[in-house]
Amino acid sequence: MKKQLLDLDKSHNEGVENISAEERRNFLKMGLTLTGVFASGTLFSLVGSAQKVFASDAAFVEKYPYKPHYSMMVHVDRCIDCERCKKACAMTNDVPDYGFRTNILEREVPNAIGVKTEFIPVLCNHCNLSQCTRVCPTKATYKNPSNGIVMMDTTKCIGCLSCQMACPYNARYFHEEKMAVDKCSFCWESRLSKGEKLTACAEACPAGARIFGDLSNPKDQVYKKVHQIEKTVWVLRPEAGTKPNVFYTRG
Amino acid sequence: MSPNSNSGGLTLNGLERQVVSRMKSGSNRYFVVVLIFGLLMLAGSIAGLMATVGGHHVYYNVNRELAWGVLISTYVYFVVTSTGLCLVSSIGHIFGVESFMPLAKRAVFLAIVTLCAGFFVICAEIKVPIRMMLYNIISPNLTSNIWWMGTLYGVALAVMILEFIFLYTNKVKLAVICGFTAAVGEIAANSNLAGVFGLLNGRDFWHGAFLPIFFIGSAVMTGAAALIFFHVLAYRVNHEIMDDPMLRAMQGCRKVAILGICIVSFFTIWRMVSLVAGEPSGAYLGAMAMIKGSYAFSFWVFEIGFALVLPLILYIRSQGTNLRMMLVASTLMIIGLFFMRYNMVIVGQAIPVYYSLGVNGSKELIKYFPSYLEILVTLGGFGLTGFLFLLGEKVFGGHKMDAHH
Repeated sequence: MKKQLLDLDKSHNEGVENISAEERRNFLKMGLTLTGVFASGTLFSLVGSAQKVFASDAAFVEKYPYKPHYSMMVHVDRCIDCERCKKACAMTNDVPDYGFRTNILEREVPNAIGVKTEFIPVLCNHCNLSQCTRVCPTKATYKNPSNGIVMMDTTKCIGCLSCQMACPYNARYFHEEKMAVDKCSFCWESRLSKGEKLTACAEACPAGARIFGDLSNPKDQVYKKVHQIEKTVWVLRPEAGTKPNVFYTRG
Repeated sequence: MSPNSNSGGLTLNGLERQVVSRMKSGSNRYFVVVLIFGLLMLAGSIAGLMATVGGHHVYYNVNRELAWGVLISTYVYFVVTSTGLCLVSSIGHIFGVESFMPLAKRAVFLAIVTLCAGFFVICAEIKVPIRMMLYNIISPNLTSNIWWMGTLYGVALAVMILEFIFLYTNKVKLAVICGFTAAVGEIAANSNLAGVFGLLNGRDFWHGAFLPIFFIGSAVMTGAAALIFFHVLAYRVNHEIMDDPMLRAMQGCRKVAILGICIVSFFTIWRMVSLVAGEPSGAYLGAMAMIKGSYAFSFWVFEIGFALVLPLILYIRSQGTNLRMMLVASTLMIIGLFFMRYNMVIVGQAIPVYYSLGVNGSKELIKYFPSYLEILVTLGGFGLTGFLFLLGEKVFGGHKMDAHH
C-alpha cells in the first residue's frame, strides 16, 4: 500500500492555544528524552529531577496507591529553625522531652557563596516501600491501607526496635510511657481523623516551609509542586529505595 | 503414672540416687566454679529485670540511633554458636561420619544451652518481652526476618530438646530425624538472623547478601571451636582422659575449625576490600573505624588476632594431638568471636543515617560503650552457659556415648 505523505505546506496551523498543559509537558519530556538531556541526570535536567522525585517507575507516576495519598513538600530555604513545628508536634502528639517525631537538621557549608547554613526539617517519610513495616515481627507498625500513613498499633509493639534500625530517616524512638515505638503519623490520630486538613507542624510553620497535602489530587498544591518541572524536587536518601512521600525543594 | 515407673529399666528413685551421687563426685573447686557461674547468672537476671522495669533508656547506653547495643551482639554470638554446635555435631550423628559421632550428646546439650543463653540475653534487650510471647503467635509478619529468626530458633530449641531426650533413651531413628530437623531449622534461623541486618537498604555497612553467607561459615568455625573448648574442659572437670574415638573427634573438629577460619578469613578480607575500594558512602566510614579508628583494637586484636590468625597457627601447630594448645586456640577464638559479633552489630549502627547529607551531628561515628548493667547481663549469659554446662556434666554423667552410636 502506498503511504500517503503529509504535505506540511498545505496543512492548517492549529495554533498552540488548544494544546493542554499535559500535552505540552509530554511533548517537552519527549524532546528532552530524545536529545539525551533526560538521561543525563539531575544536574542538567530538571525533567530528570522531576521524574526522579516520583521515586518509582512510570506506572507509579500515573497512579498513586492511596486515596488520599498524604504527602509533604518541604521548602528547605524557607526553614529558619524556629522549631515551632517541633513544639506544635510535641504538644499535639504527646511527645516526651527525650524523643521527637520531627526534627530539624542543620547543614553548614562555610565556603559556600551567599547563605552558608541550611535547615532541613525531617520526619517520617511514610514510604511506599516502608522497611519499618516489613521488619516488624508483629505488624505493630503498618501502612494504613487507605491513606498510606505508616501507623503504630502500640498494643502489639514488643520493643525489639528493628523498625528503628530499618528506618533510613531516624524517624522513630521508643516512647517509655506508651511502652511502644512512637513516630510521626501525619497527626492522623490527633488531627486528620478529626477532620483537620493540616498536620500540626505544617500549620505551625510561620514560613510555609512545610506544605502538607494529597499527592493523588491534581488540584492539591503538593501535587502541583511535585509535578512541575521548573524547580528541582528531591527526596532524602533515595539510595535506600523506600519510595518516600516527603519531598524537598527550594524557592 | 507411678513414681516408680520404668524409664529405660531405671526407676525414678534410682535415677535420683544416680544423679545425686554424680553431683557428689564433684570436687570443691567444681562447686565453687558452679557457684560463681550461678551468681553471674543471677546478677545478669537482676540487671535485666531492673532495666526492663526501670527503663532501658535509664540503664543502658543505647540511644535512638544506636538502638542495639552489646546485648544484641551477645545474642548473635550465642545463637550463632548454637547453630555451629548443631551443624558440626550433625556431621557425625546425622551424616554418619564416624569420627564425629562421640560428640553428639554433649554437642546437642551445648547447642540447647547456648540457645538458652541467647534467649536469656535477648529477653533483657526486648523492651516488652511479654507482648512478644503473645503477638509473635497471633500477629505474625511473614516478611519480617526477626519473626522468622525467633520462630525458627524457638522450634529448633524444642526439637533439639526432643533430640536430646531421644539420644538418652536410645531412640536412634527419632534422634536422627530430630537432629536433621534441628540442623535445617538452625541454618534457616541463622541466615534469617543475618537477614535482619543484611536486608536493610538504609544501612550500607550491613546491606547485601554477604552477611547471610558469612554467618553460616562463621557458625561452623564457632561450633568447631566451642566443641573443642567444652570437650577438653569437660574431660578435665570429670577427671578423665580422652579415649581414642574422642581424640579422633577432636582432630576432626580441629580440621573443621581450620577450614572455617580459612573461609571466614577469605570472607573478611574481601569484605574489607569491598568496603574500602570505591569508598562506598557510610560503609567506608565504618570500615576505616575498624582499620585505623576507634574500633581498630577490637578489630585487629580480637577479630583478626584472637578469632582468626592465632588459633589458625595454634591449631596447625597442635597437629591435632596437643590438646592444651587446641584448648588455648579455642579459648582465643571464643573470646575473639565475641568481638567479631560486637564489631559487626555496633559499627553498622554507629554510622549515622544522615551521614551522606553532611549535617551537623551526623559527620562522625555515634559513640557507644556498654553500661554496667549491659555488661552484667552479658556476663549473665556466659554465667548461664557455664552453669548449665557444668551441671550437665555431672547430671548426665559426662554425656557418655552408647556402644551402638
